[in-house]
Amino acid sequence: MTTNATAAEMPAVAPLDAGRRDRASAMRWAVVLAIVLLLLPLAEHVPVIGVIASPFQRVVLTYGLAYGIAVLGFNLLLRYTGLLSFGHAAFFGGAAYASGLLIKYLHVTSMEIFLLAGVATGCLLAALFGFVCVRFTRFFFATLTLALSQVVWALALKYFYITNGTDGLRIPTPTLLGHFVASADVARFLSTTYYYYVVVIFFASVAVLWVIVHSPFGKALQAIRDNETRAQFVGIDVLRYRWNAFVISGAFTGLAGTLWGPLNEVVTPDALHWTFSGKIVFMAVLGGFKSFAGPVLGGVAYNYLETYVIKATVYWQALLGVILVLLVLFMPNGISGALESLGRRLRRTT
Amino acid sequence: MRIINMAHGSLYAFGAFVGAWLLGLAAGSSGMQPPYLIVLLPVAAVAVGLVGAVIEPLLRPLYARAEEYQLLMTFGLLLIFEDGMRFLWGPTPLTASTFWSAFGSIDILGSTYPVYNIVVIGLGLLSAVLLWTLVYRTKFGVILRATSQNRRMAEALGINVSRLYLQAFALGCLLAGLGGAIVVPIQGAVLGMGIDALVLSFVVVVIGGMGSLEGALIGAIIVGVVRTIAVQYFAELELAVLYLIGATVLILRPTGLLGKA
Repeated sequence: MTTNATAAEMPAVAPLDAGRRDRASAMRWAVVLAIVLLLLPLAEHVPVIGVIASPFQRVVLTYGLAYGIAVLGFNLLLRYTGLLSFGHAAFFGGAAYASGLLIKYLHVTSMEIFLLAGVATGCLLAALFGFVCVRFTRFFFATLTLALSQVVWALALKYFYITNGTDGLRIPTPTLLGHFVASADVARFLSTTYYYYVVVIFFASVAVLWVIVHSPFGKALQAIRDNETRAQFVGIDVLRYRWNAFVISGAFTGLAGTLWGPLNEVVTPDALHWTFSGKIVFMAVLGGFKSFAGPVLGGVAYNYLETYVIKATVYWQALLGVILVLLVLFMPNGISGALESLGRRLRRTT
Repeated sequence: MRIINMAHGSLYAFGAFVGAWLLGLAAGSSGMQPPYLIVLLPVAAVAVGLVGAVIEPLLRPLYARAEEYQLLMTFGLLLIFEDGMRFLWGPTPLTASTFWSAFGSIDILGSTYPVYNIVVIGLGLLSAVLLWTLVYRTKFGVILRATSQNRRMAEALGINVSRLYLQAFALGCLLAGLGGAIVVPIQGAVLGMGIDALVLSFVVVVIGGMGSLEGALIGAIIVGVVRTIAVQYFAELELAVLYLIGATVLILRPTGLLGKA
């Protein structure tokens, strides 16, 4: 924890420039990743690498990035506030439904309006949920968020004359920045123009969340997580901070849901169901919720898992369950934790 | 015991499936399910208790770790159970309604009432009394409560804590299984019923107040009545109304109606 603090507030035990070094290394990684992602579509016709840069692969990756944003938002609660939410599907699916309803009733096509509506929906639902939930922690928080998200699911399912019930709402490819429209080749559009659009928003979200978790606000959240009573004595309004964190978390998950909508082309009540919240939890654990970047890895990795492994069997739930049990028992810090310890071991041997 | 089990609802569902399956086996080709087959229901409960005894060692490494890991672990188990039941009994619901009708019905105060539902009420009361006696009036109960308060002290006093945990966990699972097995003749066994049960029982506990047996009873009655009324008059809001009541109670009295801080 202390390694993340800025130099000024560092206790004497840690090296003075640890915070700056941390930020520099994060920046390096972000720049490398950005370059790779931005150049990826150009590699399409290069032999060998072309396979991983094909339009299909880029759409799969776009899904993964959208999930990544959702899980980053989710992890603001789990990692930094110590609250495990089982209701994030409500924000994710709710935002996608916001796009669907705008299309159905107001014939909106602008992606930017969808994004605004999605973030607003995420904020609003999270504010409502949070009002009730933040009084609780641990199991009760988890189950209460689950219960409330199930209300949203039940409403979407039962008011079928508004939401089309289990058929869901269609989300055709939107107009980007009021200018870019999909031609006849929708796959092409999704895998290039829309891909870049998502990549840019992804990096913006990562940057904003990075700033949030390293701000005094983020520090206060971690203090609450580590010791609620002490945080209260220091003068932190625990419930208000938790509520704010919950709303921010909902906003990012809503943003992710909006980005996901046009990829999936349709939103059904499945995206609101608690099992979808379970998927988000699963992604966080898979990637490693103890690190800042873990959720992104988890979102992308889970999406590959779903694309290639899960479709191969009817019993994918059990498969996910087995993986989750094994992760908790043997790899509690997920992929990022495993990579980190691997890196440390390599450095020691050289 | 301070174990958080998200898979508890699935064990309830498991009890329902085993119960319905056993009743179906016993009926065989004749399709008759005479009332004495009720002895099969505790058998189903014991089967679920055994499952509990098998999974408890899996949870053991987690007792010392953060609660989130218990939630995640039991969530993983929940996923496995749900698909396990789908694998064993297929996606179609199992019913045992012939068993339910075998009990017939009687007239109470001018309205007809199925006998089996009265049996269920009786069994529910009986198991509540038994559980209460076990926890508050036996040596096992004393040891269990002491260990729950301070595990290390109990261990220092010579209590075999891991055996105790195994027994208590298996007992909890047995009760969940019994609940499922008893209810199956009335409403059948459906995939996903475990999650409904988990969520519903949570609303009950929230309304009644955590850690209060009387509160749980009151909460259960409120939830039952409200649900029936809601289904009758505004079906679309059936679930929403329940959660709204739960949320209102939480806002006005965060500890629940009868909960102590």
